[in-house]
Amino acid sequence: MLNSKIPAGALDQKWVDYKGHCKLVNPANKRKLEVIVVGTGLAGASAAASLGELGYKVKAFCFQDSPRRAHSIAAQGGINAAKNYQNDGDSVFRLFYDTIKGGDYRAREANVHRLAEVSVNIIDQCVAQGVPFAREYGGLLNNRSFGGTQVKRTFYAAGQTGQQLLIGAYQALERQVALGNVHQYTRHEMLDVVMVDGKARGIIARDLVTGKLERHFGHAVLLCTGGYGNVFYLSTNAMGSNVTAIWKAHKKGAYFGNPCFTQIHPTCIPVTGDHQSKLTLMSESLRNDGRIWVPKQKDDPRKANDIPEEERDYYLERRYPAFGNLVPRDVASRAAKERCDAGYGVGTTKQAVYLDFKFNLINKYGKAEANKHGIENPDTETLIRLGKEVVKEEYGNLFDMYEKITGENPYEVPMRIYPAVHYTMGGLWVDYELMTNIPGLYALGEANFSDHGANRLGASALMQGLADGYFVIPYTIGNYLADDIATKPIPTTHEAFEQTEKAVAERINKLMSIKGDTTVETYHKRLGKIMWEKCGMARNAQGLKEAIAEIQQLKKEFWSNVRIPGTIEEMNPELDKAGRVADFIELGELMCQDALNRNESCGGHFREESQTEEGEAKRDDDNFAYVSAWEYKGESAWELHKEALTFEVAKLTQRSYK
Amino acid sequence: MKWSDVFTSSVGRKLVMGLTGLFLITFLVVHAGVNACIWANDGGDMFNKAAHFMGAMIVIRVVEIGLFAGIFIHIIQGYVLEFSNRSKRSVGYDKQLGNRGSKWYSRSMGLLGTILLLFFILHWYHFWIPSRFTGVEQTQVNGVEMHNMFALMQITFSELWVVIVYVVACFSLFWHLLHGFQSAFRTLGVSNNRYIQPIKTIGFVYALIVSLAFAMMPVSLYMGWAH
Amino acid sequence: MEHYLMNLTLKVWRQANSNAKGKFETFKVKDISSEMSFLEMIDVLNEQMIREGHDPIAFDHDCREGICGMCSMYIDGRPHGPWHANTVCQLHMRAYKDGDTIVIEPWRANAFPVIKDLMVDRSAFDRIIQAGGYVSVNTGSPVDANATPIQKDNADAAFAAAACIGCGACVAACKNSSAMLFVSAKVSHLALLPQGNPERKSRVTNMIAQMDKEGFGSCTNTGACEAVCPKEIKMSNIARLNNEYLVAGLTIDK
Repeated sequence: MLNSKIPAGALDQKWVDYKGHCKLVNPANKRKLEVIVVGTGLAGASAAASLGELGYKVKAFCFQDSPRRAHSIAAQGGINAAKNYQNDGDSVFRLFYDTIKGGDYRAREANVHRLAEVSVNIIDQCVAQGVPFAREYGGLLNNRSFGGTQVKRTFYAAGQTGQQLLIGAYQALERQVALGNVHQYTRHEMLDVVMVDGKARGIIARDLVTGKLERHFGHAVLLCTGGYGNVFYLSTNAMGSNVTAIWKAHKKGAYFGNPCFTQIHPTCIPVTGDHQSKLTLMSESLRNDGRIWVPKQKDDPRKANDIPEEERDYYLERRYPAFGNLVPRDVASRAAKERCDAGYGVGTTKQAVYLDFKFNLINKYGKAEANKHGIENPDTETLIRLGKEVVKEEYGNLFDMYEKITGENPYEVPMRIYPAVHYTMGGLWVDYELMTNIPGLYALGEANFSDHGANRLGASALMQGLADGYFVIPYTIGNYLADDIATKPIPTTHEAFEQTEKAVAERINKLMSIKGDTTVETYHKRLGKIMWEKCGMARNAQGLKEAIAEIQQLKKEFWSNVRIPGTIEEMNPELDKAGRVADFIELGELMCQDALNRNESCGGHFREESQTEEGEAKRDDDNFAYVSAWEYKGESAWELHKEALTFEVAKLTQRSYK
Repeated sequence: MKWSDVFTSSVGRKLVMGLTGLFLITFLVVHAGVNACIWANDGGDMFNKAAHFMGAMIVIRVVEIGLFAGIFIHIIQGYVLEFSNRSKRSVGYDKQLGNRGSKWYSRSMGLLGTILLLFFILHWYHFWIPSRFTGVEQTQVNGVEMHNMFALMQITFSELWVVIVYVVACFSLFWHLLHGFQSAFRTLGVSNNRYIQPIKTIGFVYALIVSLAFAMMPVSLYMGWAH
Repeated sequence: MEHYLMNLTLKVWRQANSNAKGKFETFKVKDISSEMSFLEMIDVLNEQMIREGHDPIAFDHDCREGICGMCSMYIDGRPHGPWHANTVCQLHMRAYKDGDTIVIEPWRANAFPVIKDLMVDRSAFDRIIQAGGYVSVNTGSPVDANATPIQKDNADAAFAAAACIGCGACVAACKNSSAMLFVSAKVSHLALLPQGNPERKSRVTNMIAQMDKEGFGSCTNTGACEAVCPKEIKMSNIARLNNEYLVAGLTIDK
């Protein structure tokens, strides 16, 4: 049965109590305990570094050529923390409440409150590491605001916050590598979990350079492998981001929590054609200063700058006057889709809306700068010039990126944006200690399901990844390993390792032996298309059923007709990709199953059957206030376990940003 | 870190190049200053006096040893760096980056330096060896017996090929200094943008004046402008 | 933007593994859209090659938004291709016209051995960071983040240096295969912040020692690194490193 192990007591005392009472491992014993960390993004690098510092023997794995390349690096906008440096009414409680509400009441209160509590430590820790956050002239830290909140609590480093935080964690990790506490395995991919007596005791990994399989023992295994947005083929994830590690764990018995909860980010650069390999995000922070609009006239042929003010429909400001352009991501995405579906889209594909900076560039920044420089009655030209300088400092890299991709200058013409798959709130089901239902197997960061409910607020992913790695796992893993101090390292000649490696090798051989005539990429694109059309921004029962049938068919074709060039024992990126796509196909089916089961709209999950008359999402707390935890039962078969969500503090109301 | 590491690591070697380079830069100012006396047009008296003063003073003779040490360290270290740096890329590119990334003369310090070294050998053969060892025709200025270096210059620069070689060497000197001047300051750690730009400008002016002055000496003598 | 299609000839370095001898191979690609990214163009070629039964070109890439630092192609004599302050993944095909021939080579430096085709091993960079590119602070409860005010100019300069993505273009462009821009970016980042101050002397000396050990050349201030750096890391960082090194060398207590 699912036991979330949430400590008793008042919400704000749970974590304090837990820390005060959890079991500890003494330093001498820590040196005897080995921990495997898979993935070196914010969660993985911070966990590996922190555990290394504590004295555990850590092995860190990543498929990239260096831990520093993990996709956390691409996070742009910022990281939330309840510091209340701005004196605007922020508090741990507010951050907790915003996150619960933003997640549409589908997250666990206790986990979210803990997240809000440790958020403040994260900022202190990162600053101590030398993360160069943006500062005010007085030398203190600066903040910006993000969607779904009414306070300024987001710490940032231009549009490269993820990069700076990851480099901080990476440096901490490399320090432990230098000290010999962590051994780092780059260009290695985990291909299965090894189970001994019902506990996770190691992994089978493949050296991607030589193609050889390796066995690694660990008293515990931490999966910090990120999200699975690439199941949609096109997403803002990196090309290599994949579900394989957690999917293998799932097939070994770990429950998959809320797989259908996908975040579609409202501000991405639109698709240009079939050749597109990935989508690029334009940070949500841009919505601080950009106003989103479409022409009031359908199929307006004019250029954006030729459309006069009164003929523009600032639809977010119109529909949601209280939050305006800063509504949460799911709301903004659906609103964009609604406008485009209704025929008001812009650009060549008509699948885009404008994100326009001119107004704030002139009125907010331009005027402030003019004031500062003592320029009286400045003309528009001057205001634009002055405003540009400020905007450049805040978002320069994003504007440059946009220009490189589209060839248009966003200082002059509005950006064209459209929603794209960005983050997956779902992931392995974990308890309060971040352990899956398999003893000794943990999931951290985006790879678990725990903190964001049905929708993640902006700047919270970085917060969660680092909270899990720096401040949660060092305590909770001790509580488990304290009972394991007598366990000697299991030799990798153990039967369990033998058999698991054999199964992995067989699967690879099978893939290579198909020798069909269709490339891996083709199947991935087809899967993505099914998922985007039928399990994307809007879902309905019929579409989901069709999708399941189509995916099952796709799976058959894949396993009978995929073509993989090269051989096994060499660097073979196509083979790596084939293994990942095969897992995505299976995951796609489960996502559709989950979406079909959840006949309500909540957060990023929008069931067309469950909406208000105005087309807003309608939650169904009576029937669906639970976490779906799916147990793998063999080929296309799953059993649903439900973890009921109880809310002691938060009041369940329909979210309203009006 | 041992003391030796400070000067033998990759950064340390550059430090040595920069320090010796700046020392040589200072020397060039003195050398050019003394030689400029030929344009006094007094039959070489002022120049001969200056040369005699430099040759006779004990302090200068001691500094001369330092100077030669500086030159040789600069040359040897330069070659060591050049060859060690070249060995870091065994397989080269099919297409080169060329001037899109850096100036040709910045990349060619080894070549420019080699031209200068060859020139030095000739230059020492012409002037330094005669004045120190094999002897130079004597003259009297204000009753003091001294080498008639001016006459030696007149003879040496009466041959066109020598003048051409010297002028070519001065071109090399210009490009070598243009990079070397600012590079030495960077190597010594001047990172402040407030100084980098002025240093570049001064470096350009310095390189231009010094190499122009040296180039004009053989030309002036050959053409008879200095007499 | 106007879009157009183009046919191109690609001359690509092929090498089966680090021990094999490599050579150039020539390929033709057709109907490439000006809206594609450079890597998407390579994707098209690879799909074509797999269908025809050939081994596709191996190349490093991941985020495809210019920040992970994984992509590394030396295109027509320039790391990351013709655009200024750019990575290969952000290079778009509108930079080319119909009929162009493009030469693609891996990063060349003995410290970056070729793994396969256009992929190189840049683990030397990790080892340089291991030598001291960090602040030795354990996870725990450090002082409040706002307890140490930092002059904005310094914070901004530290950030500008910390923006390095560790791609290695500086090494690839440098005639000496020097890693000084990379190393100096990290040294500067931490030297400019009070948090990096306690370890500044050991950091710079250890990182330089490791850099030398890895077989990178020394810097001769040619400026090629700065010209090709996708994140516009400045050469002034190298001068700052030199300064740090000199001060450390003269004042270190052992």
